[in-house]
Amino acid sequence: MSTLTRPAQAATDSPVRRTSPRRTGRRGAYKGLLFMLPFLTGFLLTYVVPIGYAFSQSLHEKKSSGIGFGPTRIVFVGFANFSAILSDGTFWTGMLRTLLFGAAQIAVMLGISLLLALLLDGIAARAVRFFRAGLLIPYVIPGVVSTLIWLFLYSPTASPIVDIADRAGTSITFFGGLSTYLSLGNLLTWQGIGFNMILISASLQALPRELYEAARLDGAKEWRIAWSVKVPNITGILVLTGMFSLIGRLQLFTEPLFLRYVAPESISTDFTPMLEIFDRAFKTGDYQYAAAESLVLAVVTGILAFVFYRVTNRKLS
Amino acid sequence: MSSIASGGGARPTRRAVALTTGLLIVFLLYSLAPTWFLLVASTKNQTDLYSTFGLWFSANHLADNFQAIWDYHDGVFGRWIFNSVLYSTVGAAGSTFVSLAAGYGLAKFDFRGRGALFGVIVGASLLPSTLLAFPLYLVFAKIGLTNTVWAVLIPYFINPFGVYLGKVYADTSVPTELMEAARIDGASETRIFFSVALRLVRTGGVTIFMLDFVNIWNNFFLPLFMLNGERSFPVTLGLFSWVQQAQTSRDMNTLVLTGSLLSIVPLAVFMFALQKYWRSGILMGSLK
Repeated sequence: MSTLTRPAQAATDSPVRRTSPRRTGRRGAYKGLLFMLPFLTGFLLTYVVPIGYAFSQSLHEKKSSGIGFGPTRIVFVGFANFSAILSDGTFWTGMLRTLLFGAAQIAVMLGISLLLALLLDGIAARAVRFFRAGLLIPYVIPGVVSTLIWLFLYSPTASPIVDIADRAGTSITFFGGLSTYLSLGNLLTWQGIGFNMILISASLQALPRELYEAARLDGAKEWRIAWSVKVPNITGILVLTGMFSLIGRLQLFTEPLFLRYVAPESISTDFTPMLEIFDRAFKTGDYQYAAAESLVLAVVTGILAFVFYRVTNRKLS
Repeated sequence: MSSIASGGGARPTRRAVALTTGLLIVFLLYSLAPTWFLLVASTKNQTDLYSTFGLWFSANHLADNFQAIWDYHDGVFGRWIFNSVLYSTVGAAGSTFVSLAAGYGLAKFDFRGRGALFGVIVGASLLPSTLLAFPLYLVFAKIGLTNTVWAVLIPYFINPFGVYLGKVYADTSVPTELMEAARIDGASETRIFFSVALRLVRTGGVTIFMLDFVNIWNNFFLPLFMLNGERSFPVTLGLFSWVQQAQTSRDMNTLVLTGSLLSIVPLAVFMFALQKYWRSGILMGSLK
């Protein structure tokens, strides 16, 4: 890093000191960077270089020479991979599927979390502790394990749900058509409601109690206060959790990967963009195309985050 | 949290209380039933798993299942648990140290580009780690690091969100005056960091460690890309390999279920031990 020695000067001479009045003067510059050195080195190795390398890879393509039996070589193809992705129907279908499904699932999940937070806000403290602990259990269970549990609950042979339905004389299948989405959505909702409930609860707790007094004097019922006073005052956290959830959904991978083992015909290898990238890289061995897809997904995620940021900032300020 | 039943003031009607409690119980059951299923299923043998009701016990085969897990591939499951403990403790300890040092440097020293650097770090912390996994794999394969312990540990060490937390903690709990006093006493910057600053940010350090430990324990994605040899798997990846085998060869479902239960135990013990840091940890984690 070439800037290692110079900033010393800047730190002492800089007329702009408003952020840090009289820090450490001359020593500050390189000492500060020295403390950051382990992180910066690692950051270079695990963030900057990989993204750069993935980009350079994405500009290449694996070509087999001759009639396909000769050794393969990597040739430079410019942006060919990217233009191929732009017109790659299955990739974008996967993206759109994930986004639409994510939006619906997140709406349900946040709705339930909000309901639970409001219910907890209205009962005695002792009971709150009990319910909160119980509702948080799914959050504490590792994602892989909770996915495994639901894998069994959805399986036609070992599932107690199927068992109960059989006894009641009906049959339930968890995959195929809309059921696939409901099953996946249920799994993600189960994992997510406890955590989101905690966040929404925290921001409900932060609301000043006086806010409710006026409404109460006017004779408003509790549910009315919840809907007209509490909810409008916590839209900030709802938007924030919604945004993070949606960005997380774009990377949906583990859950559908596992569920594929119960329902390979319902969850295809290109069900979500990450599944497609994984399949492309490790099954097909097409690293260059997979690298390009990774970058496209990163850009889409970035755009989504940015749009969200702009929209919410405008709305909330 | 608060001791005020915030509905308070106007006393809620009995019907409202019943409805509230009823709904909460429904969702409580929804939250708990699947975990209950795991607990029950772990005690069953292969036949009972399919033939008896899933939410209630039949003959207890828990010991047999433990034995079967232990016997499988020369105790590879024990190895997976060991690996998970190793990756989680070493990974989280390394990340905590790197983050605290970087956060301290960022908070307490003035240098050109500090603001920009902080911006980059905050931005990077928003980048989902899943997105980076494949590019990371490409680089690590290139330099021959895949399929080694370092392929998972190095990325765990580097946690931009941890640096962000480290900066916040250094900002709030290391007084600059104290550093000045130590300097006047002739202490070197490293000495000040190790014997003054690190002590003051201890609570923050534990929180970062806890968040990292849980994240690494639960991580599946990075090891899936990086590791090939069964014996280097963490328990999450090991369980996945059992699920895969269950499809092609023999029925391994009791192993998968009992193994899942066992894989939660160390995590539960860890979280119980660090209960105190839990709430702040959850709320901090939410920032991510």
